[in-house]
Amino acid sequence: MFHYPRWKTLLILGTVFLGILFAAPNAFEPLGIHVLAQKLGLKPMTLGLDLQGGANILMEVDKKDLTEKVQQQLMGDIRATLREQKIGYTNLSKTSDGVSVTLNKPEDAPKVTPELNKLLQPLDSGILSAGVAVNLFSLTQNNGQYVFAIQAKGFEAKMQTSLKQAIRVLENRINGLGTTESAIQQQGANRISIQIPGLQDPDRVKNLLGSTAKLTFQLLCHDQPSTANALPPPDCAAYPRKEDVDAALAAKMKADPTVKELSDSEKKALPQMWVQTAGLSTVDGADLTDAQPGFDSQTNTPEVTFKFNQKGALRFGKLTAENVGKPFAIVLDGIVESDPVINTPILGGSGQISGHFTIEQTNDLAITLRSGALPAKLVIAEEATVGPSLGADSIRAGVYAAIAGLIFVMIFILLPYGFFGVIADFALIINLILLIGVMSLFGFTLTLPGIAGIVLTLGMAVDSNVLIYERIREEWRHGKTALSAIETGFTAALRTVTDANVTTIIAAVILFSMGTGPVRGFAITLGVGIITTLFTAFALTRLIMAYWVRRYKPKEINL
Amino acid sequence: MRWKPIRLIPDDTKYPFMRLSRFGFFLSGILCALSIALFIFKGLNYGIDFKGGTEIQVRGTQTIQMDDLRKELDSIGLGKVELQQMGTGNDVLIKVAAQAGDAEGQNSQKKIMEALGPNFEKRAANTVGGSVSSEYTQNATGAVMLSILFVLVFLSFRFEWQFALGAVLSLLHDVTLSLGLFSLIGLEFNLSVVAAILTIIGYSLNDTVVVFDRIREYLRRYKAMGLADLIDFSINSVLPRTILTSLATLMALLALFFFGGEVIRGFTSAMIWGVFVGTYSSIFIAAPVLIMLGTKREVSATQAKASKG
Repeated sequence: MFHYPRWKTLLILGTVFLGILFAAPNAFEPLGIHVLAQKLGLKPMTLGLDLQGGANILMEVDKKDLTEKVQQQLMGDIRATLREQKIGYTNLSKTSDGVSVTLNKPEDAPKVTPELNKLLQPLDSGILSAGVAVNLFSLTQNNGQYVFAIQAKGFEAKMQTSLKQAIRVLENRINGLGTTESAIQQQGANRISIQIPGLQDPDRVKNLLGSTAKLTFQLLCHDQPSTANALPPPDCAAYPRKEDVDAALAAKMKADPTVKELSDSEKKALPQMWVQTAGLSTVDGADLTDAQPGFDSQTNTPEVTFKFNQKGALRFGKLTAENVGKPFAIVLDGIVESDPVINTPILGGSGQISGHFTIEQTNDLAITLRSGALPAKLVIAEEATVGPSLGADSIRAGVYAAIAGLIFVMIFILLPYGFFGVIADFALIINLILLIGVMSLFGFTLTLPGIAGIVLTLGMAVDSNVLIYERIREEWRHGKTALSAIETGFTAALRTVTDANVTTIIAAVILFSMGTGPVRGFAITLGVGIITTLFTAFALTRLIMAYWVRRYKPKEINL
Repeated sequence: MRWKPIRLIPDDTKYPFMRLSRFGFFLSGILCALSIALFIFKGLNYGIDFKGGTEIQVRGTQTIQMDDLRKELDSIGLGKVELQQMGTGNDVLIKVAAQAGDAEGQNSQKKIMEALGPNFEKRAANTVGGSVSSEYTQNATGAVMLSILFVLVFLSFRFEWQFALGAVLSLLHDVTLSLGLFSLIGLEFNLSVVAAILTIIGYSLNDTVVVFDRIREYLRRYKAMGLADLIDFSINSVLPRTILTSLATLMALLALFFFGGEVIRGFTSAMIWGVFVGTYSSIFIAAPVLIMLGTKREVSATQAKASKG
């Protein structure tokens, strides 16, 4: 073991050199020369949100809202189907878990059933059984009364597709915001994790991400409510106006400044406007080619202009051409933004929404319109924010702990091992540098528990050196020559260290796969630390020992 | 560079660990029973990771009067508010339980900050909803189980099944005692403590494997020696290493404990405890189990092959 071929020596030293090179950028910033890192094309470690400050939000699809959306859509489909077939019906309504409708003449059933069966919405059942379709609804018929019930499995699949769709939409919105480095990704089976680093106002991002942004153009109903609480006629829906909502919200915020929005029941209590649910034109990102914030040329108030694609332009043109002189409502997320009268058919495929916006609101609305509507409301399942001051404190605490830990361990190992302890200390420092280098190279995120993992690695890394040295010492005391004691020490310890470290790797891998955020950071440093430890103990320390043995030909071992 | 190395542990110790292990078993049995009783009757002080709720860390411009603060926060309609002073007198951690309806939970943060007024800076906040927290509980339990299972498989593969069972028993012992300690002193039990427990499993195993490795080696070398004597001999041989490594790890952990800040103190406390328990259990639980299970003295063919690697 004392003879190392040149290529092996170069490989080991090269690895150490690369480790130092990749770790170096982390020292540049404190030294004020981080420009150098950019010039070299190197990056320091990515800091987790708990160290640099920021918000981490977990969102999930609101089941109740999705159920409602699904029911509403189905009711529209049923209405359209029956109308097309010219079949009279009553009692088209939501049930607790679906929709029911009753035919005026039960004898129409044989004609209707196959048509309604087309509305069951087969969906891909997802990851576990890809390719197998499940229906979103089941349909039963009894004497002309049809009952659609949501199927648990189908709904699960719907949740999945909605989640995927929501992630796409959120990505578009975040990208539209431009200034942030926020990251959006799926977490687990049914959540979306959103990370917003730095000092930004997480509330604005939250609002931007949370709004459904469903924009519809709907004709007003012929009748409008004459009394409060009046029920809308069939084929009409009731929405409050933006002015009323804003006023009520302002009043509510005066009493309690923490309020951000009105509840559904509060919105219902406001004066309502009835709009037709038939013949509406829905616009979302799918039908738009562009949406931009701007200003009304006459009143100079903020507005959003948008352009339809061909399909949207045709549909919108038809709607307006058929209804010249009538008022229509622009409804955004269940609130009537404005209700202009159609003066001329709008055939050019562009339009604007104006009225009651601030400049920031038009900005965000334009982004949300461009990126499309969310399939359903998202609710926040977990939200963690760390202020930048705490993050900075944590970094400082982490660095102090690491330095203190390093010094403690280094001194501690010098006591029993003397000269061999110096080699162990050198290996320990290289180990730390390599660990940081690997983290930087692969862009792993460093969190506060990650720093704890590093410090712990310092303590445990010494173990491999202790195992080797104790073994050498034992062999030496049992009468072997210095050379053979060293040789046996390394070979015998290698097996023990490998066995022992595999178990820690198991723990690290499980931690990584089950963990979120900070805990993952710990698992990463722990795992990487084991690998660098194995390298420094059995490549580097061994190389140094071999050199020492060849150079000084020791006759005894002072351990 | 020639100084006399300082030996912390005398050489060639001959401690009769296996004779002492009867007391060890007895002691561990009582402690485990106590831990389980504590766990069942007193329970753990779960953090919001596991029970949901909101946690805010704030810093005041001057020393915080805890009683005044408590009175003020109890009246804002978020139920019982838990306060905990941190570090210097200016920092305080505020905890409220999960509120009915997710939307309400998000508003807890705002309500608290409003009640505190402008003299407080929000340093960190965390709201965990009910659905996430129950999933975290499942994940954490699953992770601990899974790691123990993997260990069982890995060690049966590398050693004999008696070794694997001994190691797993000592792990269960470590996990039980760790939970017992957390229940006893009421330290907050959160996700990072679970991470610590998994690390304890890793550490304790590390230690156990080193002892086992030596036992396996001596089993082959000293075929005539009695099993109990052989295990004693093995443990005494690796004792200097066991103590040195435990102390080195403790050094690093103490540095973390004193300099690493409040955020990871729970984690560090668990780990420090784990180093003691893990070292103890490899000697007094894992090794004696080999005697109880009657480990075969003959080295099997598969094992001899494995040991060459």
